[in-house]
Amino acid sequence: MMSRHDEPRARDKQPLDGFTPSEGFMDSLVLHALDAAQKAGADYADVRLIEEQYEYIQTKDLLVSGFNKGVSRGAGIRVLKEGGWGFCATQKLTKLEIEKAAKRAVELAAASASCMRSPISLADEPVYSAVWASPHLIDPFSISTEDKLDVLMSSARTILGVKGVTLAQGRLSFVREKKTFASTLGTKLQQTFVRSGCCIEAFATNEMERQRRSYPKHVGQFELAGWEMVQGWDLPGNAQRIAEEAVALLSAPQCPSGQSDLILGSSQLGLQIHESCGHPSELDRALGQEINFAGASFLTPDKLNDLKYGAPIVNLVADATAPGALGSFGFDDEGVAAQKVYLVKDGTFKGYLSSRDTAHLIGLGRSGGSMRAQSWSHAPIIRMTNISLVPGAAGTLDDLISDTDNGILMETNQSWSIDQMRYNFQFSTEIAWEIKNGKRGRMFKNPSYSGVTTEFWNSCDAICGADDYVEWGEPNCGKGQPCQTMWTGHGASPARFRGVQVGTAYS
Amino acid sequence: MLTEEACRKIVDLATHHAGKAVDGIEVHLLGTDVETSRFANNEMTQHQANTIDKLAVRVLSEGRQIRLETDDLSTAGVCAVVDGAINAVKLMEKDQCLLPLPPTDNESEWHSYPDRYEQEVTRITAADRAAAISNMIGVAADNKLSAAGVYASGTNFEALGNSQGLFSYHRETHVECSVTMCGSDSTGWAKAQGPHEKQVNTLELAKRAAFKATSSASPEGVIPGRYTVILEHSAFLDLLAYLWWDFTGTSHLDKRSSLLDKLGEKVFGDNVTIEDDVYHQEQAGCPFDGEGLARKKVTIVENGILRNLVYGRRSASRMGVAPTGHGLPEPNALGDNPMNLVIVGNGATVADMVKSTEKGILLTRVWYVRQVDPARKIVTGMTRDGTFLVENGEISRGIKNLRFNVSLLDILKNVVTVGHARRTAGEEGVPQVVPAMKIADFNFTEVTRF
Repeated sequence: MMSRHDEPRARDKQPLDGFTPSEGFMDSLVLHALDAAQKAGADYADVRLIEEQYEYIQTKDLLVSGFNKGVSRGAGIRVLKEGGWGFCATQKLTKLEIEKAAKRAVELAAASASCMRSPISLADEPVYSAVWASPHLIDPFSISTEDKLDVLMSSARTILGVKGVTLAQGRLSFVREKKTFASTLGTKLQQTFVRSGCCIEAFATNEMERQRRSYPKHVGQFELAGWEMVQGWDLPGNAQRIAEEAVALLSAPQCPSGQSDLILGSSQLGLQIHESCGHPSELDRALGQEINFAGASFLTPDKLNDLKYGAPIVNLVADATAPGALGSFGFDDEGVAAQKVYLVKDGTFKGYLSSRDTAHLIGLGRSGGSMRAQSWSHAPIIRMTNISLVPGAAGTLDDLISDTDNGILMETNQSWSIDQMRYNFQFSTEIAWEIKNGKRGRMFKNPSYSGVTTEFWNSCDAICGADDYVEWGEPNCGKGQPCQTMWTGHGASPARFRGVQVGTAYS
Repeated sequence: MLTEEACRKIVDLATHHAGKAVDGIEVHLLGTDVETSRFANNEMTQHQANTIDKLAVRVLSEGRQIRLETDDLSTAGVCAVVDGAINAVKLMEKDQCLLPLPPTDNESEWHSYPDRYEQEVTRITAADRAAAISNMIGVAADNKLSAAGVYASGTNFEALGNSQGLFSYHRETHVECSVTMCGSDSTGWAKAQGPHEKQVNTLELAKRAAFKATSSASPEGVIPGRYTVILEHSAFLDLLAYLWWDFTGTSHLDKRSSLLDKLGEKVFGDNVTIEDDVYHQEQAGCPFDGEGLARKKVTIVENGILRNLVYGRRSASRMGVAPTGHGLPEPNALGDNPMNLVIVGNGATVADMVKSTEKGILLTRVWYVRQVDPARKIVTGMTRDGTFLVENGEISRGIKNLRFNVSLLDILKNVVTVGHARRTAGEEGVPQVVPAMKIADFNFTEVTRF
C-alpha cells in the first residue's frame, strides 16, 4: 500500500495545495466517485465530499488550556449492491484513491448482501440541484484570536473575583463545513454550515461539595450562526451571577426528596425533549436496528396515531427548517429535503424521524429527512434534527412561577440518564429554587428528578409562550457503532409538570 | 495505515520545516483502518470502511503554545499546518506553566511491552466478518431469538516525535464483537475486544448472549431497595468509569476530585487494589503518553489505601512530583488520565458468588451511567440485557430492569467478594482489566417497564 508520505505517481497528481482545492476539482471527484461505484457494480451510490474547518478554544482560569485549529477533508461513498449497504471513506482526494474507495464500498455491500433477509428498498425522493447556506451575520473565522480570548478572559477575571470560586473555565467553538452531495439518481447539492458555540463555567469546592454553574447551559450553547451568537449571549455579563451562584450552592440546603410540582427551565427541558422524545422517535431504534448499543424505543409502530404520549397541550415537532437552529439543513445526508414533521400532535404520538431505507417499513411514502453523518468518514444514520416543544399559553417564566403555589424550579443540566427503551429517566440540574405561594424562594443544591416518559409528559399542565422560547443546541449526541456525535437542536420554553418525583438520589 | 518509517518522515519534514522559527515543535500522528460490520434483526445493516490518518502539530515559542490539526498529510499539507502554527502561536497568551518539550525517553519498562500487532487480525476480510455474523444469526435462530451487534477488525497506530529528538511509534491490531440477542420480553448481551483474534470468539459471545436472553425471559418486577449485587465484569467496569479521573493530578489541582487530601489514607475496603499498567498481558493501548513519555506502572490504591495519583508533565511539575506518563496531548483542560487500569482480582467466579448469596441481584450490564454528585461520587444508571434475581444460592429468574443511585466511594468500601480479573469491554468507558465483584448494600431506586 502506498503510504501518504510517498510522492504521488504521475496519474495521481492533482492540484492539492494545502487547504483549498478548487470547487471544480471537488465536483469532478464527486462525479468520478459515482461513476467508479457504478462501474464496480453498484445499483445505487451517493457520495459526500466534505471540507470542515474548525477552531476550539478552551481556557482554565487565566490560561489557554486548549487551542486547536484544523481542517478535515475527505469523501464518504455509500453504495447499494444486491440490496446490501456498503460504505467506504477516504481522505486521499485523488481520482485513483476515490476509485479504490468506491470499489471497496461495493465489495462491502456485496458482503452485506450475503447476509440479508430482504434487500434494502429506498423511498422515492425528487431529484434536486441546489445550493444552500446556513445564515450568519459575522464569520467567526474573521474574528481575531485576541478578540475571542478577550471574551473568555474577561469572563474568567470576573468569575475568579468572586470569593469562594475555585476554578473558572471557558470554551468557544467554531466550525465551517462545506458539503457536496451527489447521487446516481442525479441529485447534486452544495451546502455550507457555520456553527458556533460558547460556554463559561464557575466551580466552587469545599470539604463537602463540588458545585458548578454553567452559562448559557451545560456544555454551552451551540447554534447554526456566526460570531454574533457569542456577542448575543454576553458571557462576561453573566459571569458574576454564575460565580456567585456556584459559591452560594456550597451552603444551600439539599433539594428535598418526594413528589413535587416541577418547573423546568428551557435548557433543561430541551435536554428532556432530546432524551425522552427525540431518541424514541428515531425509526431505526423503533425497528430494533440500534438495540445493541444506543437501544430501542417504547414508541413501536403499533403505537403510532394511538398512544397518548403527553397532555393535549404537548406538541413536539422535528423541524429541520428552523432558521439558526443547530439541527437545521437544506438537505439531509442522503439528499432528502429538510422537513417539519410532527412527532406528537395535541398529545398523541404522530410521527417518526425516518430515512429512505426505513420509510417503507412502516408504510411511509417518503423519508422524513433525518439521515445525518458526523463527518465524511461516517455512514449516515437516522439522527435528530431540531426536536422542539411548540410554545404554549402560560406566558413568561415569571407568570408561570406566579401561577404555582408550591413547587421547585430546576435549571441547567448537571447529568442525564435514561433506559434503553426510553421509559425511565433521571436528570440532575445544577441549581434549583423553591417556589412558595407564587414566588421564587430559597436556593437548593444537588437537585434531581425522575420518572417514566409518558407519565411525565402527561403531567405537563403549562407551557410558557414564545417570549421565553429558545432554540437550544446540543453538539454531542452519541449514537451508532462506531459511535458518532451529532449536532441537534431543541427549542423549548419553560414548562410545568405536576407531581414529579424529585431528589431520588438522596432519598 | 502509516508505517513507522512514514511517520518518521513526516516528523522530520515538520521539524525541518519549522527550523529555528520556534522554540520547539511536536508532531502527533494517529490513524485507523478498522472496518465495522453491523447487524440487527438477523441481517446485516451496515458495512463500513474508513482509513483515517490525522496529524497534529504543537509549536512552542516564547512561553506560548498552540496545537493545529489536519488530515492532509501531503508535503504541502504538513508544511501548511506547521506554517499556520508558527503564525498563530504569536497570538496566544503566555503560559507560565508551559514546559519545554521532553527529550527522548529511555525508560526501561519499554522492553517488556507485549506485541499487540497480529497479522491474523489484519487478514480478516469483509466476507469473514459476514460469515461470522451469519453464524451468530444461526445461534439466534436456533434459540428463536433475533440478533443484533457489531463485528470490527483492523489496525490503529499512534506516533509522536518532537524537535528534541523524541520519537515513538505504536501500532496495534483491534478486533471487537458485541452481540445482543432479543426475545419477546428479554435481551442478553456479550462483548469482547482486544488486539488478538483469540480474544474475540464470536460464536461463544453469541451463545452467551442467547443464554442470557432465554434465561431472563418473562421478567418480573422486584421492589427497589438495597440489595447485595453480583456485578459481572462488564457491569463493574462500566459502573466505575466516572471514578478514574479522580485519580489524576489535574483533578486534585482543580479541586474537582472526590478524593481531595486523601493521599495515604484508607479510602476503600482492604480487598481493593487498583493499578495502572499498560504492560499487563491483557491490556491494550499505547505505551507512551500525549507528550511521548513512557507510561509507568503505578499502584494507585493498595489494599484500600490511596497510594499514588497519575500525572502528566504539567500536573507533576505543578505538584512537585515526577510524571508517570499519563499526560493527555497538550494543551488539554483535563490534563491527565489513567488509561490502563488493572483492578487486582481474586479467585472467585461469578458462580461462586451466586452460590454464596442468599438473596441478591446479578447484573450483566449497566447503562447510561452518569454522575449525580461529584463530591459524594453518586452515579445513577440502569441495568440492562440480563438482570436476575438470586435466591438461596441460585439464579431464580429474570427481573425487570432497575435504576440505581449509588456512591462509587461506598461501592468500593462494600466489596464482599473479588472475582477473577480479566480483560473486559463495556460501553461506558474504555476496556480495562477488572474482576467481577459482589457488593453489599447496592441502592436500587426505581424499576422500569421491561
